[in-house]
Amino acid sequence: MVLFVGKRLLLFGFMLLGLLTIMFLITNVAPGDPAKLMAGQNATQDMVETIRREYGLDKSLPEQYAVYIGGVLRGDLGRSIVSTKPVVEELLRYFPATFELVLVAMGLGILIGVPFGMLSAVYRDSWIDHATRIFSVSGVALPAFWFGLLLQLYFAVHLEWLPVSGRLELITPPPEPVSRLYLIDSLLRGEFDTFREAFQHIILPALVLSFPCLASILRVNRAEMLEVLQSDYIVAARANGIPAFRIITVYALKNAMLPTLAIIGLRFGWMLGSTVLVETVFDWPGIGLYAVQSALYSDFKPVLGVTLLIGFCFIFINFLIDLAYGWLDPRLRTQ
Amino acid sequence: MASDITSAAPTGWRARHAGTIRQWRLYAHLFRRSFSSMLGLFLVVLFLVLAAAGPALAPYPEDTMGAVHLDNRLKPPSLAHPFGTDEMGNDILSRVIVGTRTSLWIGLIITGVAALIGVPLGIFAGYMGGRIREVIMRITDVFLSVPGLALALAIVASLGPGITNCVIALSLVWWPGYVRLIDSKTLALKEELYIEAARAIGARTPRILFHHILPNCVSPLIVKASMDMGMAILSAASLGFIGLGAKPPSPEWGAMISVARSYMPDWWWYALFPGLAIYLTVLGFNLFGDGLRDILDPKSRGR
Repeated sequence: MVLFVGKRLLLFGFMLLGLLTIMFLITNVAPGDPAKLMAGQNATQDMVETIRREYGLDKSLPEQYAVYIGGVLRGDLGRSIVSTKPVVEELLRYFPATFELVLVAMGLGILIGVPFGMLSAVYRDSWIDHATRIFSVSGVALPAFWFGLLLQLYFAVHLEWLPVSGRLELITPPPEPVSRLYLIDSLLRGEFDTFREAFQHIILPALVLSFPCLASILRVNRAEMLEVLQSDYIVAARANGIPAFRIITVYALKNAMLPTLAIIGLRFGWMLGSTVLVETVFDWPGIGLYAVQSALYSDFKPVLGVTLLIGFCFIFINFLIDLAYGWLDPRLRTQ
Repeated sequence: MASDITSAAPTGWRARHAGTIRQWRLYAHLFRRSFSSMLGLFLVVLFLVLAAAGPALAPYPEDTMGAVHLDNRLKPPSLAHPFGTDEMGNDILSRVIVGTRTSLWIGLIITGVAALIGVPLGIFAGYMGGRIREVIMRITDVFLSVPGLALALAIVASLGPGITNCVIALSLVWWPGYVRLIDSKTLALKEELYIEAARAIGARTPRILFHHILPNCVSPLIVKASMDMGMAILSAASLGFIGLGAKPPSPEWGAMISVARSYMPDWWWYALFPGLAIYLTVLGFNLFGDGLRDILDPKSRGR
């Protein structure tokens, strides 16, 4: 097990270095002059040169690479041109909102995806199976930004059940920061009205974000369940007279969950990427919205910072899932 | 005498290709049996026709090139304008129809470029094995470690907005999937007897790769390409929605929704119809790809 963890750690470090290299290449090898882009369209030659010197863009590529890696390791991702604040500071401010949204969306995806995948495998070729299949294919095809607008139109504007956008009403003070996740903080402080408000605000964006994830969890879980349900040990359990419900939920689900776990890890990253769209639609003050607004001002340090953060989270989650795999399936440790 | 020849030729051709014909009829039969595959085929054909005929089918072709009819602004759907009109008084149906061509082109280029980069790398990695494979696959893994949309956003941000840069960015993030697919397929194929036989009679590596291995990778490749067409269209529309893709006067679906957003909720039809077009296109390609997989990959049948 120690060797297994060590190997995974090494791979984890390698992936991070690779990620940093890609991000470096994007800014420095892309055609076009980064200094000019940063200075904006109306900049004079002098301003461009000043920026070039200030950001060390006049040095050679390997030197710049070393400076870049060193900077990232010290937690320096450059400054935003629009707000002039360090990117790291702003990422820390916006990330909790995104994290909360992704957590709730992932929870929805698992809570709905896994049971329906099971149902659809158990009642194969019934109406419920067909309905889930149509649902799971369309879930991937739905443009998140459009679906979000439609849900806003129906639930917020037409029925007036839920708020249109934001994390809380403008006049509501956010709960005292502990974890910076409003749902948890408001509960910790016993502010139940704030909790209800935060909950109402998060439902629609989380639902939109969870949709593709829900669809793929459902699909994988169904396929795995079908396979597991045909295996010998399930037949043996049936022959022994163990109740069907227990066989499905305890015996079969456990083994069908392994590939589902891999999909959850994969989808986690996709979700972080899609926050760019969902947060734009719902004005959710997270890193996705931050990246989009910065990109529209050609302020690219924040965009790179967000991409780096998303990539880091994705690699980290997959590292954890790899470890979980090793723990759940002892055969993998010896490979 | 002439009629004899023409009637003899088809039987001869049929007899010679009886095996292939039987195979294709089986495929057609399997495909027809599934409702969702046929729905996918229908949608794909529909949008291909719209893309090909485009301006000829649009009721108001001049509305797609920046015409202004201020007396017709933001009219709800009616007989004259089934999808309503936008803030310039342009017919939304015409703009959606003409936008089909843009979207399909974008999808085709992204998928094509991704396959052109990914397939040779994958086949090379899988066949060579050892160090070379290790290097190629590690690079692929790193690219796969950032969600496509986020990486594309970073690339577009540093290249500058615009539809061409969007296509470049999405092509750059799309190829690793093909490397993975073709690599695993090649790994399995290279142990086959006929590859060994080809090697034994002295076939050179390029010939083995492109004449013996590649044709056997075609069916998973087609399935993936079909699915990716849909997803690439969706991603390009997403970048358009964010405001980094096509600029608004040009009829691109994502950009249309981006503008329409400020006219919600009172002028709902403006965002509804372009979005529906994206949804149906992506759904069509996904169902079609799914149907192809069902017939081309016997193992997945019935799952």
